[in-house]
Amino acid sequence: MLGAFLLPPSTRLATVYGSCSPTMSAANDSYDPKQVEALAPQTLQAAVEQARKEFLAATDLDALAAAKPAHLGDRAPLMVARREIGALPPKARSEAGKRVNEAQKTVREAFDARRADLVVERDERVLREERVDVTLPWDRVPRGARHPITTISERIADVFVGMGYEIAEGPELETEWFNFDALNFKKDHPARTMQDTFYVAPADSGLVLRTHTSPVQIRALLERDLPVYVVCPGRTFRTDELDSTHTPVFHQVEGLAVDKGLTMAHLKGTLDAFARAMFGDKAKIRLRPSYFPFTEPSAEPDVWFEEKKGGPGWVEWGGCGMVNPNVLRACGIDPDVYSGFAFGMGIERTLQFRNGIPDMRDMVEGDARFTEPFGIEAF
Amino acid sequence: MRVPVSWLTEHLETDERFTAEQLADAFVRVGFEVEEVTPLGQVTGPVVVGRVAEIEELTEYKKPIRYCMVEIYEAEDHAEMVADGSDEPRIRGIICGATNFVEGDLVVVALPGAVLPGGFAISARKTYGRISDGMICSARELGLGDEHSGILVLPSGEAAAGDDAVELLGLDDTIIELSITPDRGYAFSIRGLARELACALDVAGRDAAAVDVPEAEGDAYPVRIEDGEGCERFVARRITGVDPTAPTPWWVRRRLLLAGIRSISFPVDVTNYVMLETGQPMHAFHTPSLKGDLVVRRAAAGEKLTTLDDTVRTLDTDDIVIADDTGPISLAGVMGGASTEVRPDSTDILLEAAIWDPPSIARTVRRHKLPSEAAKRFERTVDPQLPPHALERAARLLRDHADGSIQPGRTDEGGARPLAPVTMPISLPDRVAGVEYDRGATVRRLTQIGCRVEVGSTDDGRPSVTVLPPSWRPDLVEPADLVEEVLRLEGYDTIPSVLPAAPPGAGTTPAQRRRRTVARALAEAGYVEVLPFPFVSPTVWDAFGLSPEDNRRRTVSLLNPLEADRSELATTLLPAMLDVLVRNVSRGMRDVALYHIGQVVLPKAQQVPVPTVGVADRPSDADLASLHAALPQQPTHVAVVLAGNRERAGWWGPGEPAGWADAVQAGRIVGDAAGVELTVRAAELAPWHPGRCAQLLVGDVPVGYAGELHPKVVDALGLPKRTCAMELKLDGLPLVERRPAPSPSPYPPVLLDVALVVDAKVPVAEVAGALRGGGGDLLEDLNLFDVFTGEQVGEGKRSLAYALRFRARDRTLTVEEATAARDAAVAAAAERYGATLRA
Repeated sequence: MLGAFLLPPSTRLATVYGSCSPTMSAANDSYDPKQVEALAPQTLQAAVEQARKEFLAATDLDALAAAKPAHLGDRAPLMVARREIGALPPKARSEAGKRVNEAQKTVREAFDARRADLVVERDERVLREERVDVTLPWDRVPRGARHPITTISERIADVFVGMGYEIAEGPELETEWFNFDALNFKKDHPARTMQDTFYVAPADSGLVLRTHTSPVQIRALLERDLPVYVVCPGRTFRTDELDSTHTPVFHQVEGLAVDKGLTMAHLKGTLDAFARAMFGDKAKIRLRPSYFPFTEPSAEPDVWFEEKKGGPGWVEWGGCGMVNPNVLRACGIDPDVYSGFAFGMGIERTLQFRNGIPDMRDMVEGDARFTEPFGIEAF
Repeated sequence: MRVPVSWLTEHLETDERFTAEQLADAFVRVGFEVEEVTPLGQVTGPVVVGRVAEIEELTEYKKPIRYCMVEIYEAEDHAEMVADGSDEPRIRGIICGATNFVEGDLVVVALPGAVLPGGFAISARKTYGRISDGMICSARELGLGDEHSGILVLPSGEAAAGDDAVELLGLDDTIIELSITPDRGYAFSIRGLARELACALDVAGRDAAAVDVPEAEGDAYPVRIEDGEGCERFVARRITGVDPTAPTPWWVRRRLLLAGIRSISFPVDVTNYVMLETGQPMHAFHTPSLKGDLVVRRAAAGEKLTTLDDTVRTLDTDDIVIADDTGPISLAGVMGGASTEVRPDSTDILLEAAIWDPPSIARTVRRHKLPSEAAKRFERTVDPQLPPHALERAARLLRDHADGSIQPGRTDEGGARPLAPVTMPISLPDRVAGVEYDRGATVRRLTQIGCRVEVGSTDDGRPSVTVLPPSWRPDLVEPADLVEEVLRLEGYDTIPSVLPAAPPGAGTTPAQRRRRTVARALAEAGYVEVLPFPFVSPTVWDAFGLSPEDNRRRTVSLLNPLEADRSELATTLLPAMLDVLVRNVSRGMRDVALYHIGQVVLPKAQQVPVPTVGVADRPSDADLASLHAALPQQPTHVAVVLAGNRERAGWWGPGEPAGWADAVQAGRIVGDAAGVELTVRAAELAPWHPGRCAQLLVGDVPVGYAGELHPKVVDALGLPKRTCAMELKLDGLPLVERRPAPSPSPYPPVLLDVALVVDAKVPVAEVAGALRGGGGDLLEDLNLFDVFTGEQVGEGKRSLAYALRFRARDRTLTVEEATAARDAAVAAAAERYGATLRA
């Protein structure tokens, strides 16, 4: 396993990039052919022959590349011979130089010719032999996936971020003041009891699991400077038993705009733009009067959905309205100066009709087979 | 609320005929959700009234079976019979399983050839050894509500054998089922809904409660209101000489049936009928059972009352009761008492109609889990002008249909509190809607719903309206409420679509971007996101092997969990995720890797109570601070759980089982995605394996743990062997907003390897740290490429082989310089951990 390490580590110099300086003969004024045997024609010829032979012996490009330094590298006989030219008397240098050039050219040509042959051979034979079955699977670590609830929440938030909104968030366990009081839910009013709330023990704790993302509206209005344009995605809770259309833990996305001069027409325009972003160009919004303590007037939007099961039609899609002046007052905002609108939608419900998910339980049970096909982003 | 169209349209003053669909659309337009529109008339073929002439009890069967001889006049036969001067009925033998009728009763018979609702075709057929030549019908079989406890018996005098039942029973009617929002108490009545319909259709309507109330002489019965807050008004009327055998007229019964209310006795049916018609709930007392004056008060501690449903209820001092000398006799506005209820032989009846405090009623309903039709209306407020009118209507029904005699006295204690007028600019509806309405729309619409409207001007001279809401609209308290009325009646469809220009925003926050990046990184690394419920069982901590004082045991408990044994809010994401892991495994998946990003709830050791804060204005900073302090901390955590193979087995070879290192790496993936380098340290913490648990830190601050789970935990929770987990506090990672960019050196590196022998107990992370420190700036990177233990390195030791990459920022590094830096790195490891170069 560690064979290489039997050498003292200090000697294991794996690669060193740097200069390298082989030795050479000193300059010589006297011509002694023996002394410069390396330049003798027969020596040069032998080197050429040797190179040609080894190049031909190389059966593939790797072997050829391996054979190259010995004949064309710095320490190749012809390179050594060239360095010896200086040792010749001046008048002999020119001829010797010509000879060496000639020999080197021949070696270079032999190399190139062999290389060309081998490339052709590789292209014609080797690459064919290397053919693999590219349909073989390679999912050694299959990719995971994000839950469509999360990705669609992000996508919705991004639609509003694109309009200039910011994303506001808040805690899931809330005080009743944020979840109810400040949102104009009167104590002991049926609107409050209709919310099927999870209460925290003891009975007078004043804490609940938030029944909607609307408490984030209050937080945003208390914490931010006006005007406020926020979108609040988040997890919410109601004591509904889990079945194909209900889940006690679900997700909402809520929008809130408080500014001078906002009207219900602005609410409708915003929802129309939102609907088109989520359901295509033909989507549009219809408002029906309704009731929510924190909006007055209140409405329920229906969205025109082209791909509705059984044909294009209206689908109920959340609630909305003009922010109730009592809500603005509880946040210290003068309702005679500012007005606003708010809207909220269930993410599970949106996914259910948008992506055709008949059973709510599939979205909450965490079966990996449900989530995997959704991949990393929302579709 | 279920309402027959015929009952609604009775109160519209128009000759125009509307289809049920038109009416339903009109309701939706003005804010009443239509649950269902159900036409009754799905009966075809001959359905007639018959008279039961003779009953033969067939006793050989396990259940009662009757073979009835029923006198029938069939439509076409009838004409012929009359023509030839004979009106002898035809007798048909019919098998019937009900027993609520006697010989001589009028019943409804579906003859062969008839088809009843639901496509139920009637034919003559042999059953119980006889030919049954038709069917005697129950109300439900005819589509008249849910009543199916017996067949429908018609009162004599209101029908005759041979009558066409379809017309007589009003089977050509349609039921509209509406869901009423909780702000519109008045709409729980024909009166309120007919008025809404009139507004929506722009036609005149008649007040369904317009019954003239004659002058009375004295009280009907002595009543004293001691709790004026609980009872705004108490009105009573006494009727004597009521014929207790008088049947409920068919038209009353029919409407009750269609509304889904059971017929009980005529006096009780009358109170229910008038409630449906006017919206005023009522109670009927058996007058002789009352002992002394009636007193309206709160219950005394420990008082008991047996209610109509024969349940003994211990009352709360917040419950409003009507009491006589014997104590409480009625749970006001919710349910009457058993001792004073109307009996089958009652002839002397005291009718009560009162106005109760809505929040008190709501609390009583909740406390005693006793929802009722009456309470539903009182909770949502009842028109305080109604009681005398509704009582008069009821008294007259008893007079006209049961020979009752209305006594001259009327008790009327308390009185209707006036509603406050509301003033607003006349153009406010236009401003809120973003619409220019027709001139006069505001006045016209508010007048239409019953307000008294005066046009004036505001202080700054703009036109305004001062609006006095009608007594049944206590929900109209401020301009916004009036605005909604105008908008909804003018129609939301007239509001245009205008996209407002929001000021430019700052985009997502660093924390929001980080959460997305982390999620994506985990998903790319093979983890599947799950969103489990945050409810955990208090027993899970024992399964986790947590010590008694472990903070994670300190949970917030729910008062009303859906599952009694999952009452705690999670302090860690792992229990719920492990449940999901088990679910996946039980569904046949073996290689499971899941992640979840979510809030946990970490209560303080001493929970701060929630302050009482008003809503009239912005809370003071101190109040806001107390509100925030009262909430437990709820940091966002990220966690993974994994089991089975991390790398699958395949044609490439065997798989790689998921292990502790994958869990630790998941933590590093989170750190990388967040731009934070996590350090890892050995730790011992349940539920992890004590030898395979890593603490994840940012600097010296622990943010989470990762590793293999303890085998005991694996057993206790039924997890796959060697299940691994990681959880860290995502909010605990510092946010990296802007980091300085590196300037990579263009000079060549020098690569040197080194093998060190170190005590096996020294964590690799420490050795690497020492090498980095000793190597200095020239050491660009190090990679542990081998770990080896064995005889060659000695007992209790291991060899760590590193590939080191040296590079200088400003020049080509020489081998000598690199070697010197390498030696310095080795020297640092030697000095701190006794590392030696492997010979």
